[in-house]
Amino acid sequence: MLRIERPVCSGYATEAQTIMIGDIPLSVLVASVLAASVPLIIIALGEMITEKSGVINLSLDGAVLFSAMVAFVVAKESDSLIVGFLAGGCAGMVTGLIVGYFSIYLHLSQVAVGFALSLLCRDLAYFLGNPYSRVQGPTLISSKLPFHDMLPDFLQKITTQPLTVPFALGLIVLLVWFFKSSRAGLQVRSVGENPAAAFARGLNPNRIQMLTVLAGSFLVGIGGAAYSLSLKPGWGRPQGAEGIGWIALALVIFGSWQPSRVALGALLFAFLQVSGIGLQSLFPTIPSQVFQTAPFPLMIFTLIIMHYSTSKTRKHGEKDSGLHKWLGILFMSRAPKSLGKSYRQE
Amino acid sequence: MDVEFQHISKRFGSVQALSDVSLTAKQGTIHGLIGENGAGKSTLMKILTGYQAKSGGDILINGEKIALKTPDDAAQIGIGMLYQEPMDFPHLTVLENFSLGCPVLSRERFAASLKHLAFAFGFQLAPKRRVELLTVGERQQIELLRLIHCETSVLILDEPTTGISPAQKALLFPALKKLATEGMTILLVSHKLEEVASLCDEVTVLRHGNVTHHTYAPFRFPELLEAMFGAVPEQKEKPVARATGNAVLTMNNIQAGGERQGLELKNFSAKSGEIIGLAGLDGAGQATFLRLAAGLTIPEQGDMQLFSTKLPTSKKASRIAGKLQTVFLPADRLEEALFTDISLSEHFSLRDPKSSFWQKTETNRQRAAEAIKTFSIKGQYDDTADNLSGGNQQRLLLALLDPQSKLILLENPTRGLDIRSGQWVWEYLTQTLSPEACIIFSSPELDEILHYSDRILVFYDGDIVLNSLTAETDHGSVAAAMTGMRS
Repeated sequence: MLRIERPVCSGYATEAQTIMIGDIPLSVLVASVLAASVPLIIIALGEMITEKSGVINLSLDGAVLFSAMVAFVVAKESDSLIVGFLAGGCAGMVTGLIVGYFSIYLHLSQVAVGFALSLLCRDLAYFLGNPYSRVQGPTLISSKLPFHDMLPDFLQKITTQPLTVPFALGLIVLLVWFFKSSRAGLQVRSVGENPAAAFARGLNPNRIQMLTVLAGSFLVGIGGAAYSLSLKPGWGRPQGAEGIGWIALALVIFGSWQPSRVALGALLFAFLQVSGIGLQSLFPTIPSQVFQTAPFPLMIFTLIIMHYSTSKTRKHGEKDSGLHKWLGILFMSRAPKSLGKSYRQE
Repeated sequence: MDVEFQHISKRFGSVQALSDVSLTAKQGTIHGLIGENGAGKSTLMKILTGYQAKSGGDILINGEKIALKTPDDAAQIGIGMLYQEPMDFPHLTVLENFSLGCPVLSRERFAASLKHLAFAFGFQLAPKRRVELLTVGERQQIELLRLIHCETSVLILDEPTTGISPAQKALLFPALKKLATEGMTILLVSHKLEEVASLCDEVTVLRHGNVTHHTYAPFRFPELLEAMFGAVPEQKEKPVARATGNAVLTMNNIQAGGERQGLELKNFSAKSGEIIGLAGLDGAGQATFLRLAAGLTIPEQGDMQLFSTKLPTSKKASRIAGKLQTVFLPADRLEEALFTDISLSEHFSLRDPKSSFWQKTETNRQRAAEAIKTFSIKGQYDDTADNLSGGNQQRLLLALLDPQSKLILLENPTRGLDIRSGQWVWEYLTQTLSPEACIIFSSPELDEILHYSDRILVFYDGDIVLNSLTAETDHGSVAAAMTGMRS
């Protein structure tokens, strides 16, 4: 599949070797995978934060569309991208507020509330966004690094990206640090594990959950905005972000509620999507639909593998060595223990 | 700090868990709080930690009235509790568990403090290990160190020795004594008298939410036992012992998981016609024993025979036990035996042994109506099971029970029943059912066991510590065995 091509006709570029995957040069592939994964990374990390505190926000898919619509409309009206992104974040936060309030304070089923809200948000987005359908609006364009000219051609292509890329990458680092080293991060995790014990130690589980849900859903909103303002600019029906929320939910499981692994999963998914285009030209006999839909069954397949390796690893504990241990590290999934259960103070 | 409870009361709905409880725990002493299950010990302690709100009364610390609304309020004053079931975070590491809920410190300081304290108490704890891989005793050690680190001055221990090994116990007890001499106020909740005797300076006994006794070391056990379990009842007329026949149930070298300690027993056999009472404090192994016999719990080791048929160690076991006419009536009737939203007549329909596609609505209505009459169930055939009172649920279960059953396993058969319903249940079991049936039942009421059973098994921490004919034992020795005292 990989082949190295030496462009024949270019006289002065004999040194430059371009690695091609199908018809796409590697640098372009890397750049587009990065760009395509950004909203997904932000959304999946937003959901991961929420779930770390023990709350599942199932309204994700609708929330992404709704915030994408709000972000685009506000950016267009205010003619400001920053305001657009913030508006998207706030729109996401509203959905989080609803799910959070209903599940944390009224103890309603998180699944039912989230699912209904997801459908509501989607239809609301199409309805309210209709006047702005297929309208030109502001778009976040790619910007070059300050030392762009000093970089080799390969890196130039990769690093010329919209600002959402460094934001997403920074977010991964920030969250790894937050959950590993900060006190607040530990408190969020403790609430997701055992709210009753957290309460017994003087924490306020409900407040911590609510704050976490708000922060997580704000990120989801930013992710939605990254679609309508950057990756798939504009608004329409379909917008192009449909179904991403469900993928993000699966990615959180795939990533075992760890920021770095969740982000890795998002990159992998984006790679599968983008490389589908390249692979199509390599295997012209296979119908194009196969490459378009392949990421979804692959996702399910991975989750099955994870299920088995998790139960195996659980059984054998940490004494295991060799293959099992590595499978465990790679595919082990450990959900917050009280995920999805609402906590009622005695 | 001196802790004083003044006239504390607590209601849960219609249940009065505590009424007018007053006691004082003085600084530098270990104050024992004993009583049987449900006596209100844990509730009283949860009130002191702010985990539960009280319905009435006052709590005084050093003579000053204080309000405890949340565990945080209690922690600020220096009140900390070591819960019976570890209140920790299994997926987090030892160090993370140690550092949650304490004054702000950097991670290094926490690590240093943990190391220092663990060394001082002789505990071995690896800071990076996930807590779910540790034993209950080790998890408790972390909690204890954390409470010391948080400068707790009133330490509450709720059944600290449940689920920990003797070696861990040998580490824990001197640690507690040392803490008391250093000026800590320790409240020890327990129902194990030997432990209380070896640790405590003072003891208060609770029974049904009331203080029944208060005394200082050295303790007289008969006095404490009487305060815990009530006065030795007058001898009521005992039903005549029944004729026994062939072995119905035999168990050999059984090991099984379940409850806190699992269950381990060498050999046991029950004969037809026998009525066997299982005594023991909550979670001592009786529930596991009954579920083993019903084939609902699969033993890890050992073998079991029901009517000289070997019970397989697979999920088939319960079905085979059922075919051999073994029935099990659990204590939690609505959870495990009846269906909340299904009507009485439909319950009969479900039990119908003949398989047919349609429900025989009319026949089953008639059956239900008959059962309502003969078992005097207060309800209609189309009432759902959850609309019945506890007593009527038990009557329904008995009505559903095959009268030909040969082994009847009952978990707390008179739970939630008033005296008359309870007597009715026993009358039905002993007189209406075949006298050849073997009845094995557990009960938290010692009197019920002494009165109805021919043979008594006493469970303690997952072992059978006493196996004796009822005629050859008495109230005192069963109570002593239940609380872990060697006879």
